[in-house]
Amino acid sequence: MIALIVRRLIQAIPVLFIVVTLTFMLVRSAPGSPFASEKKIPKEIMDQLEQEYDLKGPLWHQYAQYMWKVAHGDLSISTQYRNRSVNEIIAQTLPVSMTLGALAYCMALGAGITLGALAAVRHGQWGDRTLMLLALLGISIPSFVLAPMLILFLAIDLGILPVAGWGSADQIILPALCLSIPFAAIIARLTRGSLLEVLKLDFVRTARAKGLPEFAVLFRHALKVAILPVIGYSGPAAAGILTGSIVIETLFGIPGIGPFFVLSAENFDPFVTSGIVLVFSSFLIVFNLVADILYFVVDRRVRLE
Amino acid sequence: MPPTTGPFPISRPWKRWAVAAGLVAGFLAFFWLFGGWSLAPQVDLTLSNGDEPQTLDPAMATAQLDGRIILALFEGLTTRAADGSIVGGMAESWEMSPDGLTYTFHLRPGIKWSNGDPVTAQDFVDSWERTLNPATASEYSYQLYYLRNGEAYGTGKITDFSQVGVKAPDAQTLVCTLAHPTAFFLELTSFQTLCPVHMPTIKKYGRDWTKPGHMVSNGPYVLKDWRFRNYILVEANPYYWKPVPVHRMKVLPTSNANTTFNLFYSHKTDLILDTRSIPATLVADIKDKPYFHANPFGATTFLRFNVKRKPFDDVRVRTALALALDKHDIVTKITRAGEPIADTFAPPGYKGYTPPQGLGYHPDEARRLLAEAGYPGGKGFPDVNLLYAIRGSGPQQIATEMQALWQRELGITSIHLRGQEFNVYLNTQQLIDYDLSLSAWIGDYNDPQTFLDMFVTDGGNNETGWSDPQYDQLLATSENTVDPAARMKILSDMEKILCVDQVPIVPIYFWVGMALYEPGKIGGFEPNFVDDHRWGNFYIPEKKP
Repeated sequence: MIALIVRRLIQAIPVLFIVVTLTFMLVRSAPGSPFASEKKIPKEIMDQLEQEYDLKGPLWHQYAQYMWKVAHGDLSISTQYRNRSVNEIIAQTLPVSMTLGALAYCMALGAGITLGALAAVRHGQWGDRTLMLLALLGISIPSFVLAPMLILFLAIDLGILPVAGWGSADQIILPALCLSIPFAAIIARLTRGSLLEVLKLDFVRTARAKGLPEFAVLFRHALKVAILPVIGYSGPAAAGILTGSIVIETLFGIPGIGPFFVLSAENFDPFVTSGIVLVFSSFLIVFNLVADILYFVVDRRVRLE
Repeated sequence: MPPTTGPFPISRPWKRWAVAAGLVAGFLAFFWLFGGWSLAPQVDLTLSNGDEPQTLDPAMATAQLDGRIILALFEGLTTRAADGSIVGGMAESWEMSPDGLTYTFHLRPGIKWSNGDPVTAQDFVDSWERTLNPATASEYSYQLYYLRNGEAYGTGKITDFSQVGVKAPDAQTLVCTLAHPTAFFLELTSFQTLCPVHMPTIKKYGRDWTKPGHMVSNGPYVLKDWRFRNYILVEANPYYWKPVPVHRMKVLPTSNANTTFNLFYSHKTDLILDTRSIPATLVADIKDKPYFHANPFGATTFLRFNVKRKPFDDVRVRTALALALDKHDIVTKITRAGEPIADTFAPPGYKGYTPPQGLGYHPDEARRLLAEAGYPGGKGFPDVNLLYAIRGSGPQQIATEMQALWQRELGITSIHLRGQEFNVYLNTQQLIDYDLSLSAWIGDYNDPQTFLDMFVTDGGNNETGWSDPQYDQLLATSENTVDPAARMKILSDMEKILCVDQVPIVPIYFWVGMALYEPGKIGGFEPNFVDDHRWGNFYIPEKKP
């Protein structure tokens, strides 16, 4: 398995290389300039700015300079936040998003699997229908609708949670809830569907025939198999949830990395855009690998070769 | 011991719990250390400033919101009182020579940097050299072009800074020699670009000198903490030359207007300083609340014509479009914060300035002019684009309304909307690659010249292709006129050419500066025309001696 992990990580290098190259080329070929301003900047100053940020000269030269830095772990500097390097921006914002994301992820997994299992057990009954309707709502209501509604209800009308901000435990609950709901809904549906299939299998009948309590049949035996599609989904989902949400972080004023996916493109901050794409791609690769390993751990039928 | 059966190699329940507890503890520890969690600091005031500042380096900052924090941390030769008037800052007094070309500033005795070093006249000379030096790449260095040879040094034409018009004959005296009389020079010396910086700190830390713990400043406040996109903490500077009434303030960079309003509404922030941070859709509803404060503000939204392209090379077409625009409709339907409509470009309210009579709204005259230009009832009017920036919903709504108004009044159906993302829009406008462009301008200083000198031939911010020798001549004359009344008259004549005779632009409305705060909570915040509220003037009413 170690060999597999090493091989997959080595394979990731050319993938990341292509991703960074494409991002850099796309960003640099868009019209507009990182230094565009309402007020005209004297040519001498513009030249100096471009010089300072290695945005001068032919594109291949800029690209070579950038790749040289990236190879040395230096993601260059932000053109928007003039006194900050991209490394620094990521180091300050990513852990914030990861904190929020990790909590939301745990909430989504816990709630999603439990509710999905409940729905499967109550298959076709009133409880199942209610839960699946809620799940459908959870998937289809966009977060920019859900979050303001929850803020209005829980934070402004009832006043039990803060409306926004970051830095204390109570401030994380509402955004984590908003962030987790669509994921929880998808996981609930996946769990339900998969569990319904598994409950028809022979080994479940055997377990029941042995006289095991229904709870043990469900959670010890059936769920262990039914969880596979959830694992498959939660790898990429983890990459998404841990790298922050544009909408949630903006609405709750959370200093995470999420808004930079849009902000850096809006601001024409080329190195921040490339840096963030690099981080996101790495997360995606790592979490897909983790999901594959979990598959193997949970289901011995899976061969990693 | 039997082999483990579960998916995890640890079989005993207590071991599983131990692993789980360890993971949770590790998780909490990690995020306590890196997640930006902290005990909320006790502060006297919390301000919402609109967004994360791009920089706190006075020489590099261009945004108004950066300027607000910088001007709490740094202070120039002059500063502003709460009402916006210019008062002594680092300089206690000054004299202007009769020809208006030389200003001699006398620094206050005993002024110090936040580390205890004395602030000297040489600090100003060194800081201005840094700002002007092309190697610094300061986008606002042109604020120092008013100094003799400032522009030559700033653009690298001369490299000897001793030729630039700023000298420090002794530690307390700074002599500035200007390129031509500049009526608003004392306004400029209060601006962030002309604030002194502590050069030894910059030499020591380079790009990192603005970080908390590194920064040495000379204004009413010092930087205590700066959590990226979370908050900035400032504390009264013990070395400032007078006592600072509010000891500690927290600055929130919340950029979403609704979030900012929610924070204010739930008493998590005391003051919203930034006009853009007040939700435009809410303004009509909260306009009459005691916490809503609006004041006239020196900024104008206007329309640029590309006068190099047909049909806008014809002054009659430009005038017709200007006359047909019911601006009242735009401010009552869209902006709705009580913005005055604009018939001239420089906002009213500059001391001693009387703007000319503008074109106004006269649709009949507009139709007549359009017919005369060859497009009766809008027939045959070529396809043109109206460029606007996609930045919030405001510009798009205004552009749509203008399109409808021209169709209604003039029968023109061939004006198409062309929205561009803000940066791209700026680029398109700078290349003059548009037909009509919805633009805005915020005055740099408290004088109508900040609006009128834009449209000089080939001026960096002209961006219309328009050129008028008489206009250029008048600007040159005004720059050499020391008598304030005579100078204002010339500026008014220029504005008549711009807004009535030649019409390369159509002013639409003047902005209002908005702020939200409960009147009993903050004092020293007065409406002022430059929307420039120095934090050193703030006080908390019940604590006022």
